Amino acid sequence: MFASIHAPGNLPILLDCARRFSPLIEITSPDTVTFDIRGLSRVYGEPGKIARAIERLIGMPAHIAIAANPDTAVCAARGIAGTCVIASGEEGRTLSALSLHLLGCPQAMGELFDLWGIRTFGQFAALPAAGVAARLGEEGVHWQQVARGSARRQLRLMEEKVAYSREMELEDPIPLLEPLFFLLARFLLELCTELTARSLATNEIRLRLTLEKEAEHAEHLVTLRLPAPMVDQKALLKLLELELQVRPPGAAIRKIQLTAEPVKPRVVQEDFFAPAYPSQEKIEVTIARIRHFVGAGNIGSPQVLDTHRPDGFVMGPLADARVSAQNTHSSVSGVRLAFRRFRPPQTAHVITKQQPVHIMSAVARGAVGVAKGPWFTSGNWWRTDVWNREEWDIALRSGALYRIFRDLRTETWFVEGNYD
Amino acid sequence: MSALAIFQSLTLSHGPTPISTGIGIHVPRATLTELTGGVSSGRTAVMLSLLQQVTRQEEFCVLVDVQDTFDPASGAAAGIELSRLLWVRCGGNVDHALKATDLLVRAGGFGMVMLDVSGTSAAALRRIPIATWFRLRHGAEHNGAALVVTGERVGAGSSAKLQLGVRQKEILWSAKLLRGIRSIAESTKRGGPAGVCFDSRSR
Repeated sequence: MFASIHAPGNLPILLDCARRFSPLIEITSPDTVTFDIRGLSRVYGEPGKIARAIERLIGMPAHIAIAANPDTAVCAARGIAGTCVIASGEEGRTLSALSLHLLGCPQAMGELFDLWGIRTFGQFAALPAAGVAARLGEEGVHWQQVARGSARRQLRLMEEKVAYSREMELEDPIPLLEPLFFLLARFLLELCTELTARSLATNEIRLRLTLEKEAEHAEHLVTLRLPAPMVDQKALLKLLELELQVRPPGAAIRKIQLTAEPVKPRVVQEDFFAPAYPSQEKIEVTIARIRHFVGAGNIGSPQVLDTHRPDGFVMGPLADARVSAQNTHSSVSGVRLAFRRFRPPQTAHVITKQQPVHIMSAVARGAVGVAKGPWFTSGNWWRTDVWNREEWDIALRSGALYRIFRDLRTETWFVEGNYD
Repeated sequence: MSALAIFQSLTLSHGPTPISTGIGIHVPRATLTELTGGVSSGRTAVMLSLLQQVTRQEEFCVLVDVQDTFDPASGAAAGIELSRLLWVRCGGNVDHALKATDLLVRAGGFGMVMLDVSGTSAAALRRIPIATWFRLRHGAEHNGAALVVTGERVGAGSSAKLQLGVRQKEILWSAKLLRGIRSIAESTKRGGPAGVCFDSRSR
């Protein structure tokens, strides 16, 4: 069943009323709103009671019609004053007396009907369908079905563009972070409640703080980009707190503006037998806490770069549990020799007799028992991070294994790391 | 076979399954394990093998690296799925490393949390109160993660359920190449697993 409300010049009120009954709403025209009321009989009872409930809620003169299909409800609301409930099968008879200009067909077709002397829905509905199809085509058949009350279609649902944003201008600028967090907690709670009500989450939070006029910068911007959508108010507040503690605003705050970017939430099908993985909200807060004291570039998932440059890697975000679970492959079997890297490489004094025979450095010191090499490697000669080196694997008499290299540009020896 | 024996053989094992080190020794979950060994003993090879085993089982793991010595290329060559590894580089700060380990152990959801204290001075390690190790172990017990602390020496004492020591037996060379290290891993605590000899090879 569908309900249609017609009241010229009152679209916001009509929409507000429709929202109380259904999330499936069509703005049929600037003065008519149609919405789906299927399932409401369990709450209100028969369609007549639903119509009365709409009438009570709207609180102003409006035409209300309820019918089995949207087009019939729209035409009845436009043409029949007051409240009208059309029983199934009675559509054609109820609409038959209505003037054809309420049909909403294209203007050219309306003029043609005038020329033919067809004035009402009933007259148009009575025409033979084959004749209508021959003269007016598929469109004519559709409008005749509307006039007969037998047209079937889905609602053209409106897309609400809601701004998930809160702002507050403060009478007295706040110089401390604590009262700011208090306000942010309130804003986030409201935004998260709104997002949850619309089955949404956020993957980006933007905080714009307008500072006092005397400040060096007029505004302080904080943007939180989350790897996965979330609506956990506490987690978002903690992330904002940590970000503001690391990078506090330089002056007292006059105005706060908080915006959440709405996105569809992450839906994960949990698996009883799959291994556990960290909850995205919890791990984000934990990583932010650790980042706070180890530094931004010192936490993450390493990604090896496609280069021969020594120690070529970047830090990236930890993989999404679902995506990561799809590419499990490791053909490595057995234990592999590992390498431990000194960052930066330790300078060394190396005595050579065609090969290294003695080394002195902060990390390795002593006579070289075995030395294997040299291996030459160079690259990036066209850039500033050029390297050109001679590498050796050496074993000290103590049994410690190191990789050392000589920078051929500066003729300096370094200990790059040890094998373990 | 008696009916009882058949029933017992069919009963599913329960509780957390231990993690294989790849050398025939298993590391228990939900507790603290100590993995020690000197320079070039093969200890890091065992450490990478453990991380590989965990990521291969589609689990996430953490490496808290006190001295920032982990080599991602070496890790990838050992078969670690790096996208499931969270690496925390502490730049030599033991306090930061302990704090990060505590937070991550308590966050839950990780199959293994590895704290690597290699290269840290004995004095700095001695300053860690025994209560800290108990706290970490308690966090691991609560969340089910295998907490492994590795280094030349650790000092977790009785907090560690398993103490594994790795020592070098010989270095394997070929004509002009370093082929690997032959090592022996054995429990340094009474009642632990028997010693195992293993090779960590470059290829």
